[in-house]
Amino acid sequence: MRTFPVVFTGHVDHGKSTLVSRLLLDTGYFPDGRLAELEAAAQRRGVPLEISFLLDSFQVERDQAVTIDATRIWFTSATRQYAIIDAPGHREFVRHMVSGAADALAAVVVVDAVEGVGEQTRRHALLLPLVGVTRAVVAINKMDAVGFDAARYRQIADDVRAVFSQTGLELSAAVPTVARDGDNVATRSLRMNWYTGPFLLEALEALDERAAVRAPLRFPVHDVYRREDERILVGNLDGGRVSAGMTLFFSPTRDRARVSRIVRFPESGQPAEAGEAFGFTLDHPIFVGPGDIASEPNEAPHVAESIDATIFWLDRAPLDVGEHVRMRCGTRDVTVVLDAIRGVIDIETFDEAAAMMLQRNDIARVTLRGLQPLVVDTHPAKLARFALYRGDAVGGGGIVRAVVTERGVKRRSSPEVESRAPGVRAADRVRRNHHRGLVVWLTGLPGAGKSTLAAHVEAALFADGWSTYVLDGDTLRGGLNGDLGFLPPDRLESARRAGEVAALFADAGSIALVAQVSPLIEGRALARTAAPHAFLEIYVRADLATCEARDTKGQYRRARDGAIENFTGISAPYEEPPSPDLIIDTTHTDIQTCTRKLLSLVRAAARS
Amino acid sequence: MDHLDQLEARSIFILREAYRRIRPLGMLWSIGKDSTALLWLARKAFVGRIPFPVSLLDTEMEFPEVYAFRDDLIAAWDLDYRNALCPPESAVDQTLAPAGRAAARKTEGLKALIAREKWRGVILGIRRDEQATRAKDRIFSPRAADGSWNFADQPPEFWDYYQTDVPDGAHLRIHPLLHWTEIDIWRYTRRENIPYCSLYLAQNGKRYRSLGEKNITLPIDSDAATIDAIIAELASTSAPERAGRTMDHESEDAFERLRQGGYM
Repeated sequence: MRTFPVVFTGHVDHGKSTLVSRLLLDTGYFPDGRLAELEAAAQRRGVPLEISFLLDSFQVERDQAVTIDATRIWFTSATRQYAIIDAPGHREFVRHMVSGAADALAAVVVVDAVEGVGEQTRRHALLLPLVGVTRAVVAINKMDAVGFDAARYRQIADDVRAVFSQTGLELSAAVPTVARDGDNVATRSLRMNWYTGPFLLEALEALDERAAVRAPLRFPVHDVYRREDERILVGNLDGGRVSAGMTLFFSPTRDRARVSRIVRFPESGQPAEAGEAFGFTLDHPIFVGPGDIASEPNEAPHVAESIDATIFWLDRAPLDVGEHVRMRCGTRDVTVVLDAIRGVIDIETFDEAAAMMLQRNDIARVTLRGLQPLVVDTHPAKLARFALYRGDAVGGGGIVRAVVTERGVKRRSSPEVESRAPGVRAADRVRRNHHRGLVVWLTGLPGAGKSTLAAHVEAALFADGWSTYVLDGDTLRGGLNGDLGFLPPDRLESARRAGEVAALFADAGSIALVAQVSPLIEGRALARTAAPHAFLEIYVRADLATCEARDTKGQYRRARDGAIENFTGISAPYEEPPSPDLIIDTTHTDIQTCTRKLLSLVRAAARS
Repeated sequence: MDHLDQLEARSIFILREAYRRIRPLGMLWSIGKDSTALLWLARKAFVGRIPFPVSLLDTEMEFPEVYAFRDDLIAAWDLDYRNALCPPESAVDQTLAPAGRAAARKTEGLKALIAREKWRGVILGIRRDEQATRAKDRIFSPRAADGSWNFADQPPEFWDYYQTDVPDGAHLRIHPLLHWTEIDIWRYTRRENIPYCSLYLAQNGKRYRSLGEKNITLPIDSDAATIDAIIAELASTSAPERAGRTMDHESEDAFERLRQGGYM
């Protein structure tokens, strides 16, 4: 039996948990003993039993009679199973509402008959279509408090309809209810004979499981597993069908390859259908890794540099124009810059107002620019949905409305040439070296210990028979980068060149360890584009005082004296990596431990 | 894609996401029906070979049938099994009731296991429909360095996007079965022919619906001696699954307090 997930939302105190509890109670959901358990507990504490206690499971939720976080509960009607997602209505808990609603096929929006449409009703009406919920049943609740007045019901239903039409949410039914007493919840109320529409459960039963529109083939590569000399690309198929022999096109690399074999455990072989988690191998090796998107050659997603998006921001700390965050779309992570806020949506009027930052719970139209290629579809496709990360945390999310600029991608080597030519292939190098090539990019303040760490790791790998080489920023400055200064454009170019050279080493099968201050996020992103699937960004972190105290080359002293200009940390900025693959703190950790940490990451990445 | 196919595809995604983003990673295996189904899903996700260790929080109080079942499966599925012996009962708060003491031993055992293995992520087979506080948990659920759960401030989670990293010392609990129900597990176990411990089947009118330590777990009245009979029984019962687990019922918020303190 399929499950039909429905999210219940509404303004705080409009009676949402009570409505859900009543629905469950009247459909015989609650296990024997649950009601008695709570009655006894309420009696012990000398408070009357609220029906919503059935759902609000945390002690503090019962004590304060609030719902803290979305819960899920399953119940079965005469025709199907429902998953009810009960999402809290407080303004500060919008993130829980989003978390709950993203799984739902429809919503029930609860509106208090006395208070009418509230701020939260409007916010939810705006958010629901954004997260993919396109229709809602409205429960106009606490009708007893307005004397079961038909005119009041009609007025609120009209208000709701007006709000929904502005946000693109379809109103499936507006039901007058008294959740506490069960009127028009699971049975028809005898106290509102003027109402001839469906009661709540009837309205839910009338919602059909919409047939999915035909979606183009999208296979976001989740990971690459190596099994007995085979490289298996694994992932979940978002649309289309994949079978052996078909040609797939990969974005953003624009490579093509044919599917050799569909891989599953325990049985392989059968074609894969949309929605399935499976794997496949390719007929020849191409540069493909986690975050690439496979499609049919004539129906590829956009490869964009910047996009127009609608986003919701959930983090406590605001998001500023110009700030870097990480965007995860499908399985792909890209550092993006918030280039512009086109407008923050006013919840009262739905007008858009200009702003320089997004506050928590803001919903806004923005322009995002990727430092690496973005691979996206536009709303309502699945590959239009993304999350934004700041550090470890999910800061917000959104949908792609339009592509502002497409992006051309330069190609390192042509896979067609590689597959035809008699020369040495990447797979041959891996077989001989027993590891693949990588760029390990060490960034950090001068004196943080990048070169020392690189030398230790190089020595350890070399001793194990690995192919490895250190590209030190200072050494490169003596030759390849000898024409460059220390102003930002030169620093970008310096990182780009080091990235290109390191990528060639990696292509040749080596572990290229780059030790370069590379203070700019954009510079490191440029370096990454040269080897997007073989790049590890390591932040070698030490605080400025420690670096200055070490001052191994006397540079800090001279920078303080003004003898060196644009010195990172003193007279030029260092932009910390927003999401490095590893942070190594050399202030508090000895070199042996730092080396071990980095070695274990490098070994794992080079054998994946 | 039917209902079980959808559940499976999502769980496989979660397992792969955990393995891709979080190292070192491990999994708890209670030897029960849920975590055994989860092991099977992991074998599917990683094409036959589970690439991380699995551990039982061993109180040495499991039923003999459970230990025997464990040893058979370790051999049959070639698991990287690492036993996690919990601290003795004498080491935990003696004022706790017997069930509370068992839970405290497991909570401490888990802390020690995570510290020993330096796990940044630990995969568990809990489900939302088992217990009300589990219903509010996240699929990728951060825990502080002391194992505690800050349920009032959980990260957002939508469209298969998760918080996949934590500060040093903290860890993530990953719950790939959170969206499954008890009957889903049995239907999937039947469809995939996944092995399960014989104690779930009725003998002499009794069977175990949920398996815990032998001194604090009670069987239910049942004649369900086959997996088909179990599924038929679950489709008609309204008794809660964990009714036989005494640790949940020693006070109104007993389980909530256990989980806040780091219990599974």
